[in-house]
Amino acid sequence: MAVMPAPAPAPAPTVLLPSTPAVAQEVRRDDGIGTPSGQRVRLYVWEVPVRLTHWLTFFSIVVLSVTGGYIASPFLLPPGGAVMSTVFAIHMGAAFVFLASGILRTYWLFAGNRFSSWRAFVPTNRRHLAEIIEQAKWYAFLRKDLPRVVGHNALASGTYLVVFFLFLVQTLTGFALASVHGNAIESALFGWVPLVTGGIQGMRLIHHLIMWVIIGFAIHHVYSAVLVDHWEKTGVMSSIFGGYKFITRRDVQAARDGGMDLGDIER
Amino acid sequence: MQTAARGLEALLVERGVSRRAFLKFTGSMAAALSLPRSFGPRIAEALATAPRVPVVWLEGQDCAGNTESFLRASHPTVSELVLGILSVDYHETIMAPAGAAAEKSLSDTITAHPNGYIAVVEGAIPTAENGIFCTVAGSTFESIVHEVTTNALVTIAVGSCAFDGGLPRAHGGPTGAVGVKDVVPNAKVINLPGCPMNVQNLTATIVHYLTFGQFPATDTLGRPLFAYGQLIHDQCERRAHFDSGEYVLAWGDEGHRQGWCLYRMGCKGPETFSNCPTARFNDATSWPVKSGHGCVGCAMPDFWDQMSPFYRRLPSVPGAPSSVTPDEIGLGFVGAVGALTALHAGASYVRARRRSPEGASESETSSPSDLREPPAPGGPPPLSRTDLPAQGGDGNDLGSGRDGTHGQGA
Repeated sequence: MAVMPAPAPAPAPTVLLPSTPAVAQEVRRDDGIGTPSGQRVRLYVWEVPVRLTHWLTFFSIVVLSVTGGYIASPFLLPPGGAVMSTVFAIHMGAAFVFLASGILRTYWLFAGNRFSSWRAFVPTNRRHLAEIIEQAKWYAFLRKDLPRVVGHNALASGTYLVVFFLFLVQTLTGFALASVHGNAIESALFGWVPLVTGGIQGMRLIHHLIMWVIIGFAIHHVYSAVLVDHWEKTGVMSSIFGGYKFITRRDVQAARDGGMDLGDIER
Repeated sequence: MQTAARGLEALLVERGVSRRAFLKFTGSMAAALSLPRSFGPRIAEALATAPRVPVVWLEGQDCAGNTESFLRASHPTVSELVLGILSVDYHETIMAPAGAAAEKSLSDTITAHPNGYIAVVEGAIPTAENGIFCTVAGSTFESIVHEVTTNALVTIAVGSCAFDGGLPRAHGGPTGAVGVKDVVPNAKVINLPGCPMNVQNLTATIVHYLTFGQFPATDTLGRPLFAYGQLIHDQCERRAHFDSGEYVLAWGDEGHRQGWCLYRMGCKGPETFSNCPTARFNDATSWPVKSGHGCVGCAMPDFWDQMSPFYRRLPSVPGAPSSVTPDEIGLGFVGAVGALTALHAGASYVRARRRSPEGASESETSSPSDLREPPAPGGPPPLSRTDLPAQGGDGNDLGSGRDGTHGQGA
């Protein structure tokens, strides 16, 4: 099994300074297979709470978008029975799943490994900040290769920060919309929201528009994950199911969030 | 003015109001105030001995719609109200005196009953240009409101204009119109918003005072909770149709004739707090939804701006033309993301092809490039992933990790 990296400073790169021609030749001779540096290692990147909350968020967003779209403008389902109140109940149920998932993920920002820590999202150093631009350059075809990273790339994690904020706004406006029906706890917690959003209707508009933004994000998210998976070949797509990525030792050492001791990590 | 020492009941009997009608009224007041039925007799007892309360009714930037509502009071009828429960000493629309005599009624009342009269304010108060947009007898309405509310027992702002500026303030408005509470923030103000307010709520507010010696509990916006504590949606007689997904889709369609829910016609019942469905208007005959028209949210703050468009579910997106719906904007956004994604995917396909010009599979033939060796004589293909080290000491070479440190701690 993979071993979680100790927070110790990276070992000195015993292998191959890339800018040294002599060393580089040695690398080329080794052809990347079987040498310590070119060998791919299986790294445990996404812990269970990260993957769990990812999929809880995914499924609850699907349910919330469909039911929320119905609540905003009923479609497909024929009238009769208790169709709207049922859809509304499902929407509220999914909202609580979404909320629980958000709380767990927020906790894991402080309890998780370096790839799920808040530090992976908030640029706390110059290199992280600059990498956002480098990553954007790659997307804009201005740079030929991706910056090396093990966890989230800097641009993606920056995007997730924005998305987390949208999730927060969506949660606040959603529960504030529910609170107008008079639940005392919800009113106490969320009664202030319409004062900020310019009334209940402003709150409803924000809640509705953010749904569209999140749908747009979902398209981009799946696309860029497939794209990066295709480019890096580190198993990005499968990592959100299994938690593992497959990265060469050299890339792990070179990555912004790498630099860990890979001595006893299996191939 | 006439400070009747006699109880109200005697006055009402004098006016031909039967005991039975009086008890019906006190019962309906108990219901309006969400009190148990047992409070009916208690209200009757209190009113029987209650002195008449002097009332002055001011009108500013208004349409007299709340006066109209007041004149349509039943249980008791307006004459009973005017002559019995309330001593309306000054009301520009319905009083007999005019000119200086009328103004004398006002000043007499407020000097004779310091902290003993009820000030009712109808209409917005213009504040721009020192308030000259509304003057009465040479004084600005703003100064009159100041003067009258200062020594009032309570000030009741009736209608949405007196509540927060209402229609004169809609979309900004040129006169700097505001509500009563904005002009006299320290005064004891009870707001009865609505366009118009429901006179039953006015009567019940006063009856509450006469019975209990205090005014009913209000929310943070100064609205009595008995009248503004619940959503219209949650009290609506068409709510069952909402829950069943039975909606009016066009004016006059089958659903409309069946009295189905007006949700999809832009009804603002789900965002409006008022007791319209239970109190109703015009002798409790009807209210907008019962007559087949959606609620427009007139009792809510800033309703003209916040509740527009009245016939659509959601407001317009700020900055966008009002003819464009939020869903059109949202769909446009998602479509643009999809189109950009498709474009990017095409370009990325080309890039991936150029990355391995031999057309070989990207697996093992490209693995040496993972090592990112620099170009060397007889080196790798020019388009392989060897560009990073080639940049040498370029500070942008984020991938090289020259210092061997990692950017973040665990």
